Amino acid sequence: MTMEPTNRSSAVIPFWRDVRVLRVVAQVVFVILILLIGVTLCNNLTRGMAKFTTFSFDFLTSTASLPLAETTIPYEPHDPMYRAYIVGLLNTLRVIVLGIVLASMLGLIGGIARLSSNWLVAKIAVVYVEIFVDTPLLIQLYFWYIAGVLRLPRVRDSIALPGDIHLSNRGLTMPWYDPNANFGTWLAVIGGAVVLAIVLSIAFGKLRQRTLARDWRALWSFLGFSAMVVIGANILNPFTVTVPELKGFNFEGGITLSPEYVSILAGLVLYTGAFITEIVRAGIQAVPRGLNEAARALGLSYVQTLRLVTVPLALRVIIPPLTNQFLNLAKNSSLATAVAYPDLFFVGGGIYNMTGQTIQVVAMMMATYLLISLTISVIMNFVNARFKLVER
Amino acid sequence: MSGMATITDTIKPPVTSVGVLGWLRKNLFSSWFNSLLTIVALWLIYNFVVGLWGFVTTANWNVVIVNLRLFMVGRYTLEQVWRVQVSVAILAFLLGASWRAWGGIIQQIGISIAALFVVLALLAFETSSRVYLAANVALIAIGFGFAHLVRSRGLLVALWIASPFVIAILLYGGVGGLPIVATDLWGGLLLTFALAVSGIVLSFPLGVLLALGRQSSYPVIKWFSILYIEIVRGVPLVTMLFTAQIVLPIFLPEGMTVERVVRVMVGFTAFTAAYLAEVVRGGLQAIGRGQSEAAKAIGLNTIQILWLIVLPQAIRVVIPAIVQQFISLFKDTSLVAIVGLLDLAGIANSVISQKEFLGLQNEVLVFIAAIYFVCCYVMTYASRRLEKRLGVGER
Repeated sequence: MTMEPTNRSSAVIPFWRDVRVLRVVAQVVFVILILLIGVTLCNNLTRGMAKFTTFSFDFLTSTASLPLAETTIPYEPHDPMYRAYIVGLLNTLRVIVLGIVLASMLGLIGGIARLSSNWLVAKIAVVYVEIFVDTPLLIQLYFWYIAGVLRLPRVRDSIALPGDIHLSNRGLTMPWYDPNANFGTWLAVIGGAVVLAIVLSIAFGKLRQRTLARDWRALWSFLGFSAMVVIGANILNPFTVTVPELKGFNFEGGITLSPEYVSILAGLVLYTGAFITEIVRAGIQAVPRGLNEAARALGLSYVQTLRLVTVPLALRVIIPPLTNQFLNLAKNSSLATAVAYPDLFFVGGGIYNMTGQTIQVVAMMMATYLLISLTISVIMNFVNARFKLVER
Repeated sequence: MSGMATITDTIKPPVTSVGVLGWLRKNLFSSWFNSLLTIVALWLIYNFVVGLWGFVTTANWNVVIVNLRLFMVGRYTLEQVWRVQVSVAILAFLLGASWRAWGGIIQQIGISIAALFVVLALLAFETSSRVYLAANVALIAIGFGFAHLVRSRGLLVALWIASPFVIAILLYGGVGGLPIVATDLWGGLLLTFALAVSGIVLSFPLGVLLALGRQSSYPVIKWFSILYIEIVRGVPLVTMLFTAQIVLPIFLPEGMTVERVVRVMVGFTAFTAAYLAEVVRGGLQAIGRGQSEAAKAIGLNTIQILWLIVLPQAIRVVIPAIVQQFISLFKDTSLVAIVGLLDLAGIANSVISQKEFLGLQNEVLVFIAAIYFVCCYVMTYASRRLEKRLGVGER
């Protein structure tokens, strides 16, 4: 539109050039457009749906008859659909939670290795990142599952790792701590330890105020807490340790992680860990050298420098992209279906196959994943708020 | 280590602090901990190399050679495969021309791809494929010469923008007597590229609109954009593909059917648009308010401000991020294997499960992983170089 000479003296703006009117009109047009599209689609939908099904969530209470290989809560195929769905959800959460913890640890180690003064270690970290970042996760999962776990030897010839861990085509078997009758008492002891830690913290805080001694609150609280927990554990023996033993064709005792679970977990951890490695590296490099040197010059010890200067500053850079990686891991956990691990997406697909309730199943899955993503976002935003730069 | 055997009056540094020994000492054995790390690392590398050597020497690449056409084009009609070859040739020509026009990173990509063609030509088993690969190298050279004569970057940009559409028409057919090759026959690397390119090209305008919508002062449009972006970014891609595959048909008018590949493309476009919107939003936020205010002051209207002032700068800033998005889209195309399409990953899966290729899964997986790796690595490298050249983060 070019600049036309307009009659500036006239105070009345024609309504088609009045910004206030235009704004309202534009939005109304937009809403009508969206509604039109929606109505058209829904018309098609109701016409299509009328043929074979009705829209309701009743199917959730019908019998699932969906065999699931792995369940964290008791589940039988004759249980209702919603129970199958919960099993899937729990399986997904099992992957996400452990995956996030392990991927963070791997990323931390990788990031430090990437900056190591040891040339070989730094180069191994670079190669690790390049290989895992530049190939699709799905291919890596196929690799772990088809070419990895499934090709492991039979239980009889299982590969023994240090610490009574056994790798076979039935999965990963390792010793496990089974809580016994004393477990409840021990939980109470932990509760007592928390109280002790708080008391110690307050007491040493008072002491510090009076004497201006160095601040040892955290240390003493921690020591008191761990002493009570460890001593309690030694006296009560709240766990029965079971070590896997080969009996017949299978292991008895210990805990066995299925090949599917091991594959999806290993795949997600190694893939996300590679991304986190780069994030940690960038975060550490973002802390100016001068700051560390200044902290040392001020007389802070190496550990103090790390704790009070480097880590808080690096975390400020690390946390936002780290949040993204956690979200990616959570969303990528849906690839578990490629290795036949009965996660949320797998069970959702199964329910769809059994009932044909397309819209409901898709809506439920999307809502559940959204809720998971939202939870991670909220938690990480809370963490981020603690570390971010306080500005006036 | 040095050729300076002549007598000098200076004392040479100790042999342990310079040269190979000095380097080893400094970088690998500077302390006991470092030495320990080095030994552990060497042990890891040794195991890896031994494993790799064991694999390479016993690998049976027949499974790849026999199924090569499947891996490349899937079940694309045999008599029509020349259309895929012509498409590659068009791209080779454009690459050569861009090499001359821009140099720099494109020159490096051009050299790598030409070298790749030469290596493949040496490895190829049939004379016809050798000739074809050699022809592509020649086309890169011809493109180079063409750009040398014509010297118009604008023309080249126009050709690049037109190329996806021309190639799409060429591959699909139905125009000018070309028989239609239904997209359900497309497969392998062809489908992977088709999905990735269509995903980014089609989602780009949508993403820009959503990014603008998110910044809009119209509350209705703003909240619609935010809702769309956040919902799509909160759910896994497989659920989007699942939706596109099974829900989309229900919403279509009666009697209207859409090919599976097209449905998946819709899913990818809807998915990528939300991510691109966030990328573009980053660019929009990087452009100071002063730019649009100045543009307004000299009398441009809203559309002119966006089209001439804000968007060109914003998109320039986020080009590396868009390349990153493309890379992740390229990797994500493998997910169509989960909804039953035969892209590179899907073909690999179906080849592995055939009885006659039992036990050859390593070869197949390594082969397709290598293809993905080379493509992604080249693009990652290009994006890093671009980032440096555009000086993003330094302005």
